[in-house]
Amino acid sequence: MTSPQTNAKISFQNVSRRYGEGDRSFLALDRLSLDIADGEFVTVVGPSGCGKSTAMNIAAGLTDVSDGRVLVDGKSVVGPGPERGVIFQQYALFPWLTVRQNVEFGLRIKGTSAAERRRISDHFISLVGLTDFADALPKTLSGGMKQRCAIARAYAVNPTILLMDEPFGALDALTRVGMQDQLLDTWTRERRTVIFITHDVDEAVYLANRVIVMAARPGRLHKIIPVDLPYPRTEEMRLSPEFAEIRNQVWHAVYHQKPHVDLHIQEEEPLT
Amino acid sequence: MSDVAVDNQGAGSRSIADWPPIILNLVAFVFGLAVWWAITAAQLVILPGPAAVFQRAIELIANGQLPLDIVSSLQRVLTGFILGVALAVPVGFLMGWYRVARALIEPYVQFFRMIPPLAVIPLAIVTLGIDEAPKIFVIFLASFLSCVVATYQGVISVDRTLINAARVLGATDRVIFPRVIIPASIPFILVGVRIGLGSAWATVVAAELIAAQSGLGFRMQQAQLYYDLPTIFVSLIAIGILGLVMDRFLQAAERRLTQWQERV
Ligand SMILES: Nc1ncnc2c1ncn2[C@@H]1O[C@H](COP(=O)(O)OP(=O)(O)OP(=O)(O)O)[C@@H](O)[C@H]1O
Ligand SMILES: [Mg+2]
Repeated sequence: MTSPQTNAKISFQNVSRRYGEGDRSFLALDRLSLDIADGEFVTVVGPSGCGKSTAMNIAAGLTDVSDGRVLVDGKSVVGPGPERGVIFQQYALFPWLTVRQNVEFGLRIKGTSAAERRRISDHFISLVGLTDFADALPKTLSGGMKQRCAIARAYAVNPTILLMDEPFGALDALTRVGMQDQLLDTWTRERRTVIFITHDVDEAVYLANRVIVMAARPGRLHKIIPVDLPYPRTEEMRLSPEFAEIRNQVWHAVYHQKPHVDLHIQEEEPLT
Repeated sequence: MSDVAVDNQGAGSRSIADWPPIILNLVAFVFGLAVWWAITAAQLVILPGPAAVFQRAIELIANGQLPLDIVSSLQRVLTGFILGVALAVPVGFLMGWYRVARALIEPYVQFFRMIPPLAVIPLAIVTLGIDEAPKIFVIFLASFLSCVVATYQGVISVDRTLINAARVLGATDRVIFPRVIIPASIPFILVGVRIGLGSAWATVVAAELIAAQSGLGFRMQQAQLYYDLPTIFVSLIAIGILGLVMDRFLQAAERRLTQWQERV
């Protein structure tokens, strides 16, 4: 591949993704360019269908680009890799495995010894507070517990990057706040680069170094809003005027987007 | 449980809804026997009553004929069934996993599925003779066809996000197949196995009706020649009970193997 012109951890370079063929094709992502620094926590918000999941799946190596490229540590992404952990909205736990077996899944593939697996899974299961449920099957867990198990599973293979697609979308407000604090807590202690997609403006601001706002039709980068609040973030901060100010900015960027002047000829609606 | 139900029914009076199912099963069984007895005792139809059938069953067990018939029928069913399932599972996986295999095999599977296995019996007898081979072949075919479709359905309906979850944890196809595809499709396969056993059992009796030297179907065929109704009854009841027992075994296995499933 050509040599990278960036020292960002993750670099989207003119990334486009088109679904379908010919006349009926649909541009889900239009020339997205974005650099994310090592150890940075970015959140992504935007209207439904603006290509958030598409962008993340491309970075994860689960979806191909139609044009452009994504570099991770300066190397072009060609497929999934254990250095990029992914947490899916639907938890995606293996229902036939216990919490511990789920957490150890990636380690087993790597060929980690049983004793070492045990040590690592113990650590991450306790980190997410599931020690008492280590031997439980996913069907016996609540939504929040499943999500915590999914987080432990992603952490266990020690990824340097975490890609999270609306991970807390299905949780109630209270559990959600708890999960946010827990996530930030683990992030400050075991620093990783995080891309976190959400629909919740509050959540986006609370977690992020930078909020990436996207726009739809075609899916594209709309605005980048830095969050100049120090970590650790606290409840006090969440209620502060500075926080409210940033939240308003993000809110406006998301909900008052000017209609896009369409330069590309394309279908209005995606294929269904 | 029953306390709640009693409360719903009002104080004290235990209604039939509170009876344990096993008691209700027994009640139904005894009632059925009574009806059968009443109808035959009143000579409304010219059929043997429960007493005559029971007596014949004892005789057939004592002279070893019933056990022999059961063993021969079971042997055929199990041989054909196990062969059918043993081939259906890998072929189903192949069809689900490789597009090419699917496109090549599916037309045949769909076509042969439309032919009732019993319709193959005449052909099987002509080409394979009247020994065990044609019967086992037909049973094999019946269980293979129902099981292969279920397995294939199971593989193609494995949740994509589970496959993706495995891939991002570093799994290659070689790992995904045994660790994700197989466990995720087990519930489907077991349904197929149960259907397969059902059709194997249905087929064996019919196959024995046509040509055999032993077996429950053969026994009924013989009894028919001699107008021996009690023996026909004994055979029918044995077929029903054996089918039920085998199905229960599979059900128990299914429950054990799919404990992890969320049931709604
Ligand atoms: N496999 C696919 N085939 C065709 N179109 C697709 C496919 N996946 C996504 N799209 C289209 O691409 C567009 C972007 O989808 P994407 O899932 O990235 O949106 P999103 O921003 O994650 O939306 P949401 O917030 O609702 O999750 C959508 O209009 C969708 O219809
Ligand atoms: Mg999405």
